[in-house]
Order: sequence, then structure tokens, then C-alpha cells
Amino acid sequence: MAAKVVTVTSGKGGVGKTTATANLASALAANGLKVVCIDADIGLRNLDVVLGLENRIVYDLVDVVEGRCRLRQAMIRDKRLPELYLIPAAQTRDKSSVSPSDMLRLCDEIRPDYDWILIDSPAGIERGFRNAIAPADIVLVVTNPEISAVRDADRIIGLIEADEKGPARLVINRVKPAMVKREEMLSPDDVLELLAVELIGIVPEDEEVILSTNRGVPIVLDGKSKAGQAFRNIASRLRGEQVPFMDLTEPNGFFGRITRLIRPGGA
Amino acid sequence: MNAMLERLFGREKKSARQAKERLKLVLIHDRTDLTTETLNLLKDDLITAISRHVDIDPRTVRIEMTQDGRQQRLIADIPLNPVTRRRLR
Repeated sequence: MAAKVVTVTSGKGGVGKTTATANLASALAANGLKVVCIDADIGLRNLDVVLGLENRIVYDLVDVVEGRCRLRQAMIRDKRLPELYLIPAAQTRDKSSVSPSDMLRLCDEIRPDYDWILIDSPAGIERGFRNAIAPADIVLVVTNPEISAVRDADRIIGLIEADEKGPARLVINRVKPAMVKREEMLSPDDVLELLAVELIGIVPEDEEVILSTNRGVPIVLDGKSKAGQAFRNIASRLRGEQVPFMDLTEPNGFFGRITRLIRPGGA
Repeated sequence: MNAMLERLFGREKKSARQAKERLKLVLIHDRTDLTTETLNLLKDDLITAISRHVDIDPRTVRIEMTQDGRQQRLIADIPLNPVTRRRLR
């Protein structure tokens, strides 16, 4: 076994990096694969809460790097999925506590025994981002169909290519099909044309994501949610499967149409 | 006023198109570090340099940035004045 390292990054904050990392890791683990996720956002950790593992943290990434604990001691096992582990970020330290070579060494230690390593990158283009992409085999860039997020994604893609970590693969998150239809939101095609990069997934805006984050249960574990399906599809594409992109043209799908028939004008 | 008329006749650009057009320009500048001003200076220099060797009409010179995948390309279109006209002068 030799794990592939996937780094999830974006440039801009708040576009859904952590949600994507948590859900891709959970989707891969739900398929029986051995997955370790690493929160590289030192000082602003969140992957722990999104995964619902915040109460089980004893040691963190910086403890491992500085030798205060063994690697296995910092790996929190998710009880819902047999082979999903989290290495949380330190909350009271800063990005400079870890170096790109620390990350390389850490991933080399994990690689032999696992299938996937997913790294949640911090926003920005500084040290934290450099740490996160250093060990990457595959870099996923998350963006939203919105000017500032696309612009920052372009910067990040340029940096990834300059670092020869590319080609980056794009996740377009929080797409609102109804707005795209009204031409009041950039379409996935627009974003792709502007960024000229390979697409790996389109995720529709979905209120269920907030509910799942509230509960600390990744949305891929909810069979019905559209965003969950979109993340499961991305996980399959990571594994090399050919999965067609979801059709988002009908805003609410079959159930939305039924609801509208029953409650005309209602939500 | 113009915007109001456009809205009245339903010709106002949809916001997604505005976003795309604005982004196109922003990305060119982000990727190349070239501003419209630098581009104009470059054009003037180019015209001066070329005019030293061949006869051209500065007004017909066009310089633009195009995108080819993630590669930016600077395209210069410089029509040459016909030789005969030069001889007549």
C-alpha cells in the first residue's frame, strides 16, 4: 500500500475547503479504504468539528512534528467509519511551527499503511499553503462561482503549476442552479473557461451541508443529499472511476417539483 | 440614464456576463502583471521601433492579450503601408 496525498486548497477562505476535505475523506473511508486526514490550518483548526471529533483531541500535528508524541497517538479514529483517522491542527500555535519538509516526512511515515492522505490547507498563499502542498500528489482547488473566489483560485493554480504540483483539479462548490439559469451566477462552464483547468466536481449549494456540520456528521453519509452525492462522485473520480457530472439544470429535482405542485408558491 | 434605458428595453447585461467579462480582464493582469497603461506604453514603443524600419500607420496598429489555455499571448497586428504609396511621396 502506498497512500496518495490529496491537498485541498483554494486561496480564498470560506469556499468549502474543510467541508470538501471531511466529505471526500469520509466517502473514501465509507468505501472501505484506509484514510488519514490532516488539518494543516494551524491556529484556526476546524476539520475536527466538521468531522465531529473535537472532543477526542489529545495530541496534534505540532506535537507529532516536535516529537512530543508518536504519530499513532495523534491519529484520532472516527468511530462511525472503520478506517478514517484525523490528525488535528494545533490551535495555540502558528503556521511557522511546521515546515514543508516536516509535512513530507510525516506523509512518508503514513504512506505505507494507508490508501489516502487528505490535507486540509489553510486559506492564503503563505507558509500554511506551502506546508499543505509540499507532499501533494494531487491538488484539488475549491472555488465558488463568484468573482473573488475565482480570482483567488486562479492565483493558487498559478502557484501550484509553478511549484510543479499541477495540474490542479477544480471543485466548483456552492453552485445555485436556479441563479445560473437566470444568468445571475457564473455557470460551471464560465468558471472552467476562465480558469482553464481540469474539472473534478460540481457541488450544488445545499442547506443540508449546514445541518450536517451542526451535527458533526459528514454529508456524504446522508444518502439523500445532493451535495453528498456530488462529494461521493468526486471521491469516485479520485479513485479513477469515470462518473458523469450531475445534472443541475432542474433546481430542486423531482421532489422539488412535487413540493411545488402541492404547495404552489411555497418554499 | 443609459442604464435605465437599457433596463427598460431589457438590454441590460445579466450580472453573470458582467462578472465573466470583469474576471477576464482581472485574470489577464493578475497572470501577466501587465496593466492597460503598460500595454499602451508597449504599443507606443513598438510603433516607434517598427517605424524606423518600415512604413506603418500608427492608427491601424492593434495590440491585444489573448488566452490560450492558461497561457497568455500578446498579439500585435501591424498593417504595413503599401510600397507604391511610399514611392509616390
